[in-house]
Amino acid sequence: MQLTGESTFDWPMSAPSLTLEGSDSGAVLHLAGRFLTRSLGTVEKRFADLSGGTGPLRIDMSEVDVVDTGGAWLICDLMARLQAEGVAVELVGVKDAHRALIDTVRDAIPEEHGEEEAARGLVPWLERLGKGVVGAGKDTASILSFLGQTLAALAKGLVRPWTLRGASLVSQMDDAGFKAVPIVALMGFLIGVVLAFQGATQLQQFGAEVFVVELISISVLRELGILLTAIIVAGRSGSAFTASVGSMKVQEEIDAMRTLGLDPIEVLVLPRVLALLIMLPILGFIANMAGLFGGALMSWINLGVSPGMFITRLQENTDFWHLAVGMIKAPFFAVVIGVIACWQAFQVRGSSTSVGQRTTASVVQSIFLVIAIDALFSIFFAEMGI
Amino acid sequence: MMDGVMQQQVQGAGETREAVITVRGLRNQFGAQVVHDNLDLDVWRGEVLGIVGGSGTGKSVLLRTIVGLNRPAAGSIDVLGVDVLNASDADRQTVEQRWGVAFQDGALFSALTVLQNVMAPMREHLKMSHALMRALGELKISLVGLPPLACGKFPSELSGGMRKRAALARALAMDPEIVFLDEPTAGLDPIGAAAYDELIGELQRSLGLTVFMVTHDLDSLYAICDRIAVLAEKKVLIEGPIGEMTKVDHPWVQEYFTGPRARAAQEKGLGRG
Repeated sequence: MQLTGESTFDWPMSAPSLTLEGSDSGAVLHLAGRFLTRSLGTVEKRFADLSGGTGPLRIDMSEVDVVDTGGAWLICDLMARLQAEGVAVELVGVKDAHRALIDTVRDAIPEEHGEEEAARGLVPWLERLGKGVVGAGKDTASILSFLGQTLAALAKGLVRPWTLRGASLVSQMDDAGFKAVPIVALMGFLIGVVLAFQGATQLQQFGAEVFVVELISISVLRELGILLTAIIVAGRSGSAFTASVGSMKVQEEIDAMRTLGLDPIEVLVLPRVLALLIMLPILGFIANMAGLFGGALMSWINLGVSPGMFITRLQENTDFWHLAVGMIKAPFFAVVIGVIACWQAFQVRGSSTSVGQRTTASVVQSIFLVIAIDALFSIFFAEMGI
Repeated sequence: MMDGVMQQQVQGAGETREAVITVRGLRNQFGAQVVHDNLDLDVWRGEVLGIVGGSGTGKSVLLRTIVGLNRPAAGSIDVLGVDVLNASDADRQTVEQRWGVAFQDGALFSALTVLQNVMAPMREHLKMSHALMRALGELKISLVGLPPLACGKFPSELSGGMRKRAALARALAMDPEIVFLDEPTAGLDPIGAAAYDELIGELQRSLGLTVFMVTHDLDSLYAICDRIAVLAEKKVLIEGPIGEMTKVDHPWVQEYFTGPRARAAQEKGLGRG
């Protein structure tokens, strides 16, 4: 039995202390003071440094004033460790008040660790990578199946419109659509202004100012109006869908619906997706018009292109298909935003933290998918020559 | 675990009792609604005190007021010799480490595992190695009767009863002298509730805890409470061992302690005792 370093401490009265004393009949470890959880840090290292010697050890607790579970653990752990090394350890001078506690703690010390620290190294990393890939595959399958269920419910609803939940649909249209009009219109207007301003500076170099009309109309109508509207709606309504339905999931409201014979897809998902399907094209159209208005205004102020001239050029040179190409994409964006938001909400597990994580994931995924689908459409329309 | 701070010794019935919580003239009101008025209460060291009362008599408000979550309109509260309403921040923090609170539905941090929940107060307040904290956390979890497997689980993965036990483990993390329990057995099945009662009684005896318990569970009152305080008419109407409760001449107390459920609980409690 040996103590490395000093064998005696001079702690203030209340602090725990230990002193090792050798004698013929074996070593004695004198403990004194208050062995409380909040002061264990001071003796923790000393205890850890104690290692088994040859002879038996007696731990004398007669000088210990108070002990709590933390202190008792330290003593029990020391005994267990030394006994494992083959040293006979005996606890002496235990006060009656402390005995019950020490016994309780000794019985309660778990034999196994419950929680493993995260493993490091190449193999665990590969394992996590594999799990990630498999998880992503499963998620994709799950989203597709959810999309299928939603479309099936949608088809059923369209065939029998009286089964649709009107009140819920209108309320969602108000929340996701009508209340988004100001922000969407403002965004469209500013995009138009920016395009006119930026376009003008470039086109002036070639004396081709008047082409600013085509620049604005084609970019806003084909791409920007609807794409940016979809991004705003994904951030605004997609997150709201995930958070509200996800909270319902936490509160077991969705399970309650199932037990009452209500289909959560029909009750929760369909009104939201349908509301987006109706409102997103309208919002996109509003953004388009606001963009053209902003562009016309800026062209007038900056380039002297009068509103009359703007409209004439718009009618002459901007094909109807530019508007159509933009509007065709709206329903696809609407379904993607609605389905991703609701699917993420259904993946919420248990706690409120999960709601936050899923809401973030919902917004990120739907914005990403909206942009990816937009890119696919661009390629498609370019190949088709429209 | 006496720090020598509190030595308010009271002579009572020939024995020396030390008050760990002293509430005097407490007044709580929300708007025009007065919940407590001139409420006095003592909690003695080492006892299990059960607080009972009808709905809306402010049992939980009293608990929240004592632990500082609710500021009273008037009155004084002494916990372990510290006037908690007027103490400096440092004093308050010190005394807060000497009590633990287990909320009704656990109130575990949902982003942390059970073990991390139990270690959270230690990380915050104690200077010791991570390994020791871990070992002590695992010990607390084992003490409240949860299997080691529960350590790595998140609160949402636990049953209601396990969550309550985990909450108790977190309340015990700093080895407090006083434990506040809000409806500890509400929502548990009778077997689970009895096991939880037994656990509290056992921990109270072996760790020398003082337990302040808000409860509606008559079984708990008979099984583990040393003393009962009945809240009614905005104050502590009566306090004493449960045997004396039936003798009180007050309609609510009479109905509560002599009703059929009370008689059943009494028989069970006596049988167990």
